[in-house]
Amino acid sequence: MFWRGRGRTAPQWRSPQAKGGFKVADGVAGANPENGAGGDDPSRRDFIHIAAGAAAAGAAVTIAWPLVDQMNPAGDTLALASVEFDLTKVELGQSVTIKWRGKPLFIRHRTGAEIAAAIKDDNAPMRDPQTDEVRHKPGKAEWLVLIGTCTHLGCVPTFGGGDYQGWFCPCHGSHYDTSGRIRKGPAPTNLAVPEYAFVSDTMVKVG
Amino acid sequence: MSGHSNYVPKTGFERWLDARLPVARLAYDSLIDFPTPKNLNYWYTFGGILALCLGIQLATGIVLAMHYVPHVDHAFASIERIMRDVNYGWLVRYMHSNGASMFFIAVYAHMFRGLYYGSYKAPRELLWILGCVIYLLMMATAFMGYVLPWGQMSFHGAVVITNLFGALPIIGESITTWLWGGFAVDNATLNRFFSLHYLMPFMIAGVVILHIWALHVTGNNNPTGVQVQSKADTVPFHPYYTVKDGFAIAVFMLMFAAFVFFNPNALGHPDNYIPANPLVTPAHIVPEWYFLPFYAILRAVPDKLMGVLLMFGAIAVLFILPWLDTSRVRSLRYRPTTRMYFFIFVVACFVLGFCGGRLPDEHVIPGLKTFQLLDADLNSMVWLSRFATAYYFAYFLIVLPVMGLSETPLDQPKSISEPILSPSAALPAGAAASPEKRG
Repeated sequence: MFWRGRGRTAPQWRSPQAKGGFKVADGVAGANPENGAGGDDPSRRDFIHIAAGAAAAGAAVTIAWPLVDQMNPAGDTLALASVEFDLTKVELGQSVTIKWRGKPLFIRHRTGAEIAAAIKDDNAPMRDPQTDEVRHKPGKAEWLVLIGTCTHLGCVPTFGGGDYQGWFCPCHGSHYDTSGRIRKGPAPTNLAVPEYAFVSDTMVKVG
Repeated sequence: MSGHSNYVPKTGFERWLDARLPVARLAYDSLIDFPTPKNLNYWYTFGGILALCLGIQLATGIVLAMHYVPHVDHAFASIERIMRDVNYGWLVRYMHSNGASMFFIAVYAHMFRGLYYGSYKAPRELLWILGCVIYLLMMATAFMGYVLPWGQMSFHGAVVITNLFGALPIIGESITTWLWGGFAVDNATLNRFFSLHYLMPFMIAGVVILHIWALHVTGNNNPTGVQVQSKADTVPFHPYYTVKDGFAIAVFMLMFAAFVFFNPNALGHPDNYIPANPLVTPAHIVPEWYFLPFYAILRAVPDKLMGVLLMFGAIAVLFILPWLDTSRVRSLRYRPTTRMYFFIFVVACFVLGFCGGRLPDEHVIPGLKTFQLLDADLNSMVWLSRFATAYYFAYFLIVLPVMGLSETPLDQPKSISEPILSPSAALPAGAAASPEKRG
């Protein structure tokens, strides 16, 4: 027992009138609140209870929403500029990792062998089936632009490891092929291709 | 223990205070005069140790917050400044970081004790559930605290754990974005984790008060699991258990000090002394040791959503435990078969912890390649975690419900005092061999 009241009595809510059945007194101070809440004759007091309760609940939600929504991305975070990247910096067979929206972005200059390997596997059984063709811009098979976070739990895969000569995620062992498609391991989907466009032959704009 | 108080105010001031705010009476009733079963062993000292751990974490944490800067550009450097330049900063930080580990050692001992002696069973269900709430809050607090130094493990740990929520269908992505405050773990994430890391210990303290309150309503369980029946079964908390807890605390502090002063980074990971780099994930990413069993459960499942659900399920099952155990006997001292399953359960927990720290494809027995079964390499960490995970859940969902109905328990003593006062008549056959006799 933590708190022991000494000789405390319950406050007197009930007035004698409420029991007596004065219809007029029922709506004013001294009425029995329990009487209206559960009873079968709706009274003004019921209405006041429901209206006040609804207003309080509405107010609570109105106050709570800003407190919840403040944790969503702020205006300056949403206003992230898109990134332009000069492809001439990437030699054949090399990749470059740049930061876009706080995440790594892989820009890979694929060799003929990598492209061939990716096309060869187009019909292989896959968890998230996609042909290599839809994963690059038309006529630009040598350029692969991918969001560099494993679709499992967001680690950054490394290139050149794994069973499919593509990317390998060290965290939980997901294997991606040379098209960034998931081939083995826990990741549910292929490495994501962001929204991007070629602004010129050697320049891409991501976002 | 409820309603009756032996407190007698001695001085005029005590009488004056007692009539207005009976805090002295509350302290006397709950810390000095509180009737406690007289047979509590050393497994029952972890409650006091945990209270001290919380106090240490709060005190050192408030000091660290005076010097720490929750910003991606300054967090790592401010920790290094605490270590090198702030007076005794190294001591306070090492106490805080090792203190978290000590906290978890104590809480796991406390929980295993509760499991063994049936402390979750009626009438202590709510006491147990409040403990589970504290444990959940502890895990959230520890995780967010580990993110704050903004090293490589901090950052990528935060990425992996927040991405767990992304496994939920439909709402997953909006939840992770909401948690991050952006499109990736970034400054907004660090800043809010600092705020919440500061808040949560006080929430823990609040639930601890409820936990102790609930304890003082039902009274302590004890190694026999038999309810207190008379005054002969109890001793006052002071001096009997203040001294026993005090001795246990002193021993526990020796271990704590050994870590802080002689091997302060033994339980940490060296990669966390590399500043966070969002573009490179460390080759081998592991959580802190106290999360390893749950991490192993996560990795044991090949499906992302199922893995996440199973991991959270491993904790959720603790909440319904009071209703899963069907036995009317509390203490496993009198349930020899269930006791055997319990010790296998303890081993399974340690096995999960071991697997969680290894790579999934690593061999359990190096060099042995004969355990191939169909497509599965049974000699791998992932398969070992699968067996241990299956046992973890089976213990709660099959063993406890079934054993409660099928096992014939040994005779329990009629009261706590009985086996002490007439040992020859009441000592059950299995009790002599039971390990809790060490206490």
